[in-house]
Amino acid sequence: MSNTLQIVWLIPFLPLIGFLINGLGRNQLSKTLTGIIGSGVILASFLISVFVFFQVKNGNTHVAHYFDFINTKSLKVGFDFQIDQLSSLFLLIITGVGFLIHVYSTSYMHEEDSKDFAKYFAYLNLFIFSMLLLVMGGNYIIMFIGWEGVGLCSYLLIGFWFKDNNNNDAAKKAFIMNRIGDFGFLLAVFWLISKLGTADYQEVFSNVSKLSSFDIAGITLLLFVGATGKSAQIPLYTWLPDAMAGPTPVSALIHAATMVTAGIYMIARSNILFTMAPITQTVIAVIGLATAVVAATIALKQNDIKKVLAYSTVSQLGYMFLGLGVGAYTGAVFHVMTHAFFKALLFLGAGSVIHAMGGEQDMRNMGGLKKYMRITHLTFLLGCFAIAGMPPFAGFFSKDEILAAAFAKNPVYWVVGVLTAFMTAFYMFRLYGMTFLGKFRGTHEQEHHLHESPAAITIPLIVLAILAVVGGWIGIPEVFIHGGHRLEAFLEPVFADSNKLVASLNQKHELSHATEYALMAVSVASALIALLYAWNKFSKYQKTTTEETGIARILANKWYVDEIYASVIVKPTQSIATFFNNILEKKGIDGFVNGIGKAVNYSSRQIRLLQTGQVSAYMMLMVVAVLILFIIQLFS
Amino acid sequence: MPVNYYIFLALALFCIGVVGVLTRRNAIIIFMCIELMLNAANLLLVAFSKLQTQTPNLATAGSDAQIFVFFIMVVAAAEVTVGLAIIVMMYRNTHSVDVNFLNRLKN
Repeated sequence: MSNTLQIVWLIPFLPLIGFLINGLGRNQLSKTLTGIIGSGVILASFLISVFVFFQVKNGNTHVAHYFDFINTKSLKVGFDFQIDQLSSLFLLIITGVGFLIHVYSTSYMHEEDSKDFAKYFAYLNLFIFSMLLLVMGGNYIIMFIGWEGVGLCSYLLIGFWFKDNNNNDAAKKAFIMNRIGDFGFLLAVFWLISKLGTADYQEVFSNVSKLSSFDIAGITLLLFVGATGKSAQIPLYTWLPDAMAGPTPVSALIHAATMVTAGIYMIARSNILFTMAPITQTVIAVIGLATAVVAATIALKQNDIKKVLAYSTVSQLGYMFLGLGVGAYTGAVFHVMTHAFFKALLFLGAGSVIHAMGGEQDMRNMGGLKKYMRITHLTFLLGCFAIAGMPPFAGFFSKDEILAAAFAKNPVYWVVGVLTAFMTAFYMFRLYGMTFLGKFRGTHEQEHHLHESPAAITIPLIVLAILAVVGGWIGIPEVFIHGGHRLEAFLEPVFADSNKLVASLNQKHELSHATEYALMAVSVASALIALLYAWNKFSKYQKTTTEETGIARILANKWYVDEIYASVIVKPTQSIATFFNNILEKKGIDGFVNGIGKAVNYSSRQIRLLQTGQVSAYMMLMVVAVLILFIIQLFS
Repeated sequence: MPVNYYIFLALALFCIGVVGVLTRRNAIIIFMCIELMLNAANLLLVAFSKLQTQTPNLATAGSDAQIFVFFIMVVAAAEVTVGLAIIVMMYRNTHSVDVNFLNRLKN
């Protein structure tokens, strides 16, 4: 109990306090005060997280038990926070990037009413709180609380401008899609509890050998269903692009840096289970890869700046799942980290652009913003390099680690991965070219309005840009510097069991340094070709009115996935619902209930005729009844 | 005198009361018939208590039934006051004591 890490409860507690103050005092607080409280609590959490991180780095890991959450004879669930290498790293990402986004929001949302402004910050704080609960929880139950919390907050924030019904639809879509995944997650937890009688991480992971391979495969597949919902993988990814309906900083926070990484975190946390289920690993790798490719192809043809970024998020998440599927847990977590930096940067940069354009999101009406917005332009360019995987930017190292692990497992994975990287570079520089290069294509009014954003917007951009450049250096692979991969050494205790298991099964394929160099060269070269081609093509982009044809049209319409879902799932469900409503509900249940009422009504109308009002008739009945009773008495 | 006589007399009184209640329409007569039935029951009580006092080894035999009869008479007197008051009110409102006239509560 004397462990200094016992104070970690402060980390989620402070955002909760911020949520309560901003939420309850939304009618009284001024905008400045709201902004200070909202960002300040996150900053405080961040500082504590830094302290915790260095404690963990010095080898101090801790499971903080606060009270019993559920305490029955057969099941004990404590309100525990588990602080180890993995969760402390996530704490840093969530509170650090979260804080920058809060600062950014104080400027971006400044045109809202002070009431809405406070509501926004309250939701944002609640979101950070839920996410912290998710990563800090010491068992699956606490994780599930946070898991549901982020789902709720994403609903609230996506539908923040609820006066436009499209936003409400997007919010509902996100919530329902997440619920489908949550269902899988819950089933997995139930399964675990029924087999092992506990949901505690440490107890589960030390007792995995008691589970049959069928159980493990079932549990991990169900957990993965949960992850597909939260982390936007096929088949549940369609909510994420629609979630761009929310304010842009929200997209940066929820849909790039934190919420969508919940699934990755959960799988990385349960790595030993997944390592023991090769079937699930294959499923994860294939789904991740498929998602990466499909989302990248869709991103090629989108014209909304935020939609491109949204699909690139889905695609990058696919990469992370590929990493998890081939057993490169460190690589996946590493990519989560670098992705949080550069994707938050790109989203915030896009927000800055949208802000300058007066709410315009269509890239066809942009162009030439380079000379108006110097800081945004420069930081955005760095972000594009990072996501395209150019050395020495952050994305290069993490993406390459995943690709190398994929190659070691199966070269086909690697080929598809490189193809995706090629497309990534292409669509990112298409985005860059259409937005910042060439001539301005908007209206004169917009051109007059163009301006660089204020400091509260540019400073987070600069910080994130620095991180997007240097963030990858903590994971420089062995081939460049001996002992260079600091992150792997740091995370080693978390994945130790999995690594041991893989080593004992002799499945680990070590790549020679020459192969690694070759792999890197190919992926960098392909990304570079795509980059230069896109740069060249879209810096001279002209607005055209011709309709897209052939494959381009399919891509622009997102492979018609939404339409397919609508006709395969939504329509039949609705027609079943209509059937139940019209036939079963109205005729069956209503008929039964109303029938009872009618029967009582009818019979009472008949019986009422007995009440003649004639006293002698009543008397007669009474005497007859007494006589009958008398006779019964006589003969019984 | 054998107890049978009392029983037959009480039975006759009771039957007269019942038939009177069932057949007559005048409220006062019905009322009197009800009293007749009550007193038939009283008569039986007294008769049986007298029968019991002839059993020597029962110390308190028969006395409780006679006390009971007094209670019935008191209650009947109270009932008569209420009943007659209702009949008086009824007459004031309808100028009639015919019970068949009072059928407005039906349905």
